[in-house]
Amino acid sequence: MNSFDEFLAMGGYGFYVWTSYGIAFVVLLLNVVLPMMQRKQFLRELALKQKRAK
Amino acid sequence: MSTVILQTISLYMSIIPAPIVRFYHNTASPPYFYNLSNKLLPWLTVIFLLLLGYGLYGGLYLAPTDYQQGDSYRIIYVHVPAAWMSLFIYVIMAIAGAIALIWRMKIANVVLISSAPIGASFTFIALVTGSLWGKPMWGTWWVWDARLTSELILLFLYLGIISLYGAIEDKRTASKAVAILALVGVVNIPIIHYSVQWWNTLHQGPTVTKMDKPSIHLDMLVPLLVMATAFKLYYAIAMLQVAKIEILKREKNTQWVKQLVETADE
Amino acid sequence: MSLIAAFFAVIRRDLTLAFRRRAEIANPIFFFILVVTLFPLGVGANPKLLQAIAPGIIWVSALLAVMLSLDSLFRSDFDDGSLEQMLLSSHPLTVLVFAKIIAHWLVTGLPLLIVAPLLAVFLGLPEQALGTLLITLVLATPVLSLIGSIGVSLTIGLRGGGMILSLLVLPLYVPVLIFASNAVEMAGNGLAVDAQINILIAIFFTSVVLAPLPAAAAIKMSVD
Repeated sequence: MNSFDEFLAMGGYGFYVWTSYGIAFVVLLLNVVLPMMQRKQFLRELALKQKRAK
Repeated sequence: MSTVILQTISLYMSIIPAPIVRFYHNTASPPYFYNLSNKLLPWLTVIFLLLLGYGLYGGLYLAPTDYQQGDSYRIIYVHVPAAWMSLFIYVIMAIAGAIALIWRMKIANVVLISSAPIGASFTFIALVTGSLWGKPMWGTWWVWDARLTSELILLFLYLGIISLYGAIEDKRTASKAVAILALVGVVNIPIIHYSVQWWNTLHQGPTVTKMDKPSIHLDMLVPLLVMATAFKLYYAIAMLQVAKIEILKREKNTQWVKQLVETADE
Repeated sequence: MSLIAAFFAVIRRDLTLAFRRRAEIANPIFFFILVVTLFPLGVGANPKLLQAIAPGIIWVSALLAVMLSLDSLFRSDFDDGSLEQMLLSSHPLTVLVFAKIIAHWLVTGLPLLIVAPLLAVFLGLPEQALGTLLITLVLATPVLSLIGSIGVSLTIGLRGGGMILSLLVLPLYVPVLIFASNAVEMAGNGLAVDAQINILIAIFFTSVVLAPLPAAAAIKMSVD
């Protein structure tokens, strides 16, 4: 493959290839990011509760 | 009868060396597991990113264009590893379920329920990327081929486990329920696969999957194996992330969690 | 009371209770007939088309009828505490659960067999397939009750019970559906169905032996 344009085009199948990789990327990213966000939120809430209980 | 089984298993386990046994017992403790996860995650992430980078570079750039399928075959580098993971994770869940039911290990329950959304995601990815590969290649978004149909049913099995866990309020009961369900489902996976294969060959499907027994070029094979390994590491990373929040939720009233909150784990 | 005596006592009890509400026994039958009737209305009454898809229609409808009737398997015993009594009794719960499933099938699965020939006529199923249809129903509807009992016992006492039950149980039903409807279809074309029937027999015995175990385990867990 010679140019970046050719890379993007994927021999005419660009839409299918990049959508596949794109969906995979988004789904896998969410599976890591969402739990991390939930954990931070959970710890924040627990910290508040503990402060109030003191 | 179950005591005989347990005694046999214990006998075989007695030949496992002591440090491994100790490690196994230690990981059963939620705080140990939580801290171990924190230590492992950076390493796992680095190795994962390296493997992912090389896999993508190899698959999207280095590997030669297929003379029959052109460049669309490159979808294989996410499609096949995702499909492999969808099966692998379900088996892990079943093993975790067995450990949870037999030895009542809380962490096994955590591993089971943490793996479920990841397994479902991989199944989803396998199905969607498969459709996107099938459309330009074989002209159709979907076909009731044995593998596609079995994979779809696997997705329903995952969703069933996730739904059941969410629907039962007492999470200890919920954990037991999904452990039972995971075990029943795993017994069914080969049955589903073979019955659908039977069903499909009887109807003489019109498509012949070229990638069935590929005499695959090494340049094409290596990125595939690299991606498969990368995905396994990803599974460990994602599962541990979910497991951490699961453990915190279950142990929120314990001393170690209270201390953790105070030292502001961010 | 010996285990055998308890086993038959449970069956007798469940049958007696079922016959007190005789009208309810007809419900799965009516459902079966109704759903089958919907198909000609939905896909058009072309006889060739109906004949071609008749095995699938009859089998899907039978499957749905069994699935909808599953709730009654443990519901009333769960509500009035009898299930807890069975759990506490000295008899293995697995055996008692098996007895309940037998009684349940006699009341909900067996009647479907009586109606099946009528439906075969409705859809123009070839006469030579009728015998196979009945054999598959006899073999596979108990399997549906057995596998279904696992799903019900996992979801007793849940609010959204019915929908989740379907989600849990339908993937497990797929192999049975495939082999059973395929057998009927092959029989309709005059082909041999030995292999499919043998597999259904194997699935039958496997379910009889294996299914009551997780069902009993799940009941223990739900009732506690």
